[in-house]
Amino acid sequence: MARIAISDRLMLIFIYTFLVLLSFSALYPFWNALAVSFNLGIDTSKGGVTFWPREFTLENYEIVFQDDRLLNGFMISVLRTIVGTVTAIVMTAILAYGMSRRELIGRNYYMLFFVFTMYFGGGLIPTYLLYRSLGLMNTFWVFIIPSLIGVYHMIIFRTFFKSLPAGLEESAQIDGCSNWGIFFRIVLPLSGPVIATLGLFTAVAHWNDWFMPSIYITNEKLLPIQTMLRQILNANIVTDMSNNLDTASAGRIQAMRTITTKSLTMATMMVATLPIVMVYPFVQKYFVKGVLIGSLKE
Amino acid sequence: MPQAASEHQYAPLPAGQPRRKPNIFVRIIRQWDIQLMVWPGILLVFVFAYLPMYGVLTAFMDYKINTGSNIWANTWVGFKHFEAFFNAPEFYTVMRNTIIISLLKFVIGFPAPIVLALMLNEVRHMLFKRIVQTITYLPHFLSWVIVAGLVTAMLSTENGSVNMLLMKIKLIDDPVNFLSLPEYFWSILISANVWKEIGFGSIVYLAAIAGVDPHLYEAADIDGASKFKQIYLITIPTIMPVIIIFMILAIGNLLSAGFEDILLLAGNPVLRPVSDVIDTYVYRVGLANYRYSYATAVGLFKAVISIGLLAMANYIARKSGNSLW
Repeated sequence: MARIAISDRLMLIFIYTFLVLLSFSALYPFWNALAVSFNLGIDTSKGGVTFWPREFTLENYEIVFQDDRLLNGFMISVLRTIVGTVTAIVMTAILAYGMSRRELIGRNYYMLFFVFTMYFGGGLIPTYLLYRSLGLMNTFWVFIIPSLIGVYHMIIFRTFFKSLPAGLEESAQIDGCSNWGIFFRIVLPLSGPVIATLGLFTAVAHWNDWFMPSIYITNEKLLPIQTMLRQILNANIVTDMSNNLDTASAGRIQAMRTITTKSLTMATMMVATLPIVMVYPFVQKYFVKGVLIGSLKE
Repeated sequence: MPQAASEHQYAPLPAGQPRRKPNIFVRIIRQWDIQLMVWPGILLVFVFAYLPMYGVLTAFMDYKINTGSNIWANTWVGFKHFEAFFNAPEFYTVMRNTIIISLLKFVIGFPAPIVLALMLNEVRHMLFKRIVQTITYLPHFLSWVIVAGLVTAMLSTENGSVNMLLMKIKLIDDPVNFLSLPEYFWSILISANVWKEIGFGSIVYLAAIAGVDPHLYEAADIDGASKFKQIYLITIPTIMPVIIIFMILAIGNLLSAGFEDILLLAGNPVLRPVSDVIDTYVYRVGLANYRYSYATAVGLFKAVISIGLLAMANYIARKSGNSLW
């Protein structure tokens, strides 16, 4: 392009400036928390830590990883995310494949049955009472079973399966492959990008969920790290700075004078965040490629 | 039924027999393997989505927890709990907050990702574009617990970055405890929401923009249309169907002013007069005060209005040819 009109150039300058500022504001709170988590607690409380740790230390993380309860919460989160994501993706994909087959008798009625739940639901209290009477309170399965089928994800899968060339299925059928065989041996291996995208979204939902455990789980051994973190952050607001660390082994911390609540909270927050933050950029190329948009009109 | 034609493909009738369509049950059993793929999903959705809908009946009863799953053992009270909600002292506050917060989210939070997508589309520097995208997607992947923690840290009176900055540029003399002042709550809440979702929300619009025919821009360039005019006259009209679909869905969610975000950011009880919305109210009276039937009634009230709003938005959109159904 040889000439760019003045107004266009001004607009581009504005856009680039805006995008830089937006990126800065998107990254800064996270970056600052990361810097604080690697900074010596008492040094942080003097103020002024912004982009880099001033007195670098790993002791905040050492405390977090020595705390049995936080470690247990971390393991629950990991377990829940892995089991929950694998089972939900398999179950939802099987359902979606069945729904994508044109010869499925009743598919229009089934579809109506599923789509209706996207617009109307029983609400919090009836759901809570149902889970109670199903005996899901204080079990690990409350994390897994109710979220096995994601209707929105089913529609995305189904749209993708429908877009696969019909010849694949036909030739496999001629070769004597069963429908389940076609799904596992032909369709699933071709679905890498969709599985990566929806797997990431499911995993993020599992990893980030703090609310469900907060109402269905009272047994501390089953609490995931996000819910524990919520309790820690809540304690920061409500109670006195010195006695709010019951969730992070108070005695040890009182002995170590260099650590503060803030530095410890930030380290816990980073532990509860980094697994997801380290994964999503690798899946990004799939979910930006319009995997989702095809499903819009259903 | 539209699928009748393909069933023959799947289960062809043996030649020579009279061409009579077999009984529907026979045909379903013949395709048992495909039916077996969908029935586990149907049962799960029945249990976890439809049974709670059946539980909604308790909104018209005085539900007692010891009756367990046999809800018919409770006494019917008609619309008692609905009337109680309409006459409750919190009704005005809850409805006002719900409507104001969701309208603010709609007016600011809905167009923000569209504007970002339009801006990103003008960037010709691909590496820059990708970096901006990756960074602005980040907050979407953080849980609300983390976001609330970050917001609290940023706004903290003890060396919070926002207070430090405002003091440095002499806008304030002393640190302000923003999260305990009702007048700032709505701004904080909306900003946190936009901050979290603006990047990720732009993905669908970027994908839609990618479908715009490049020849249109070339022709506009030759005709001397400015960039701004091209956005206004080519890009926006092309992605309008996508915008409208998301707008219908957003209107259907107008009474969902927020839940996790409000629960976590309005930890300070002084904020309740500006933070209490239908969903947080249901949570509090239902699960903290054990008024199950009352809370169910409030939730049902919300669900019914929401589905009405959705149908209305869809009806209006259908006149423009872009409806959900």
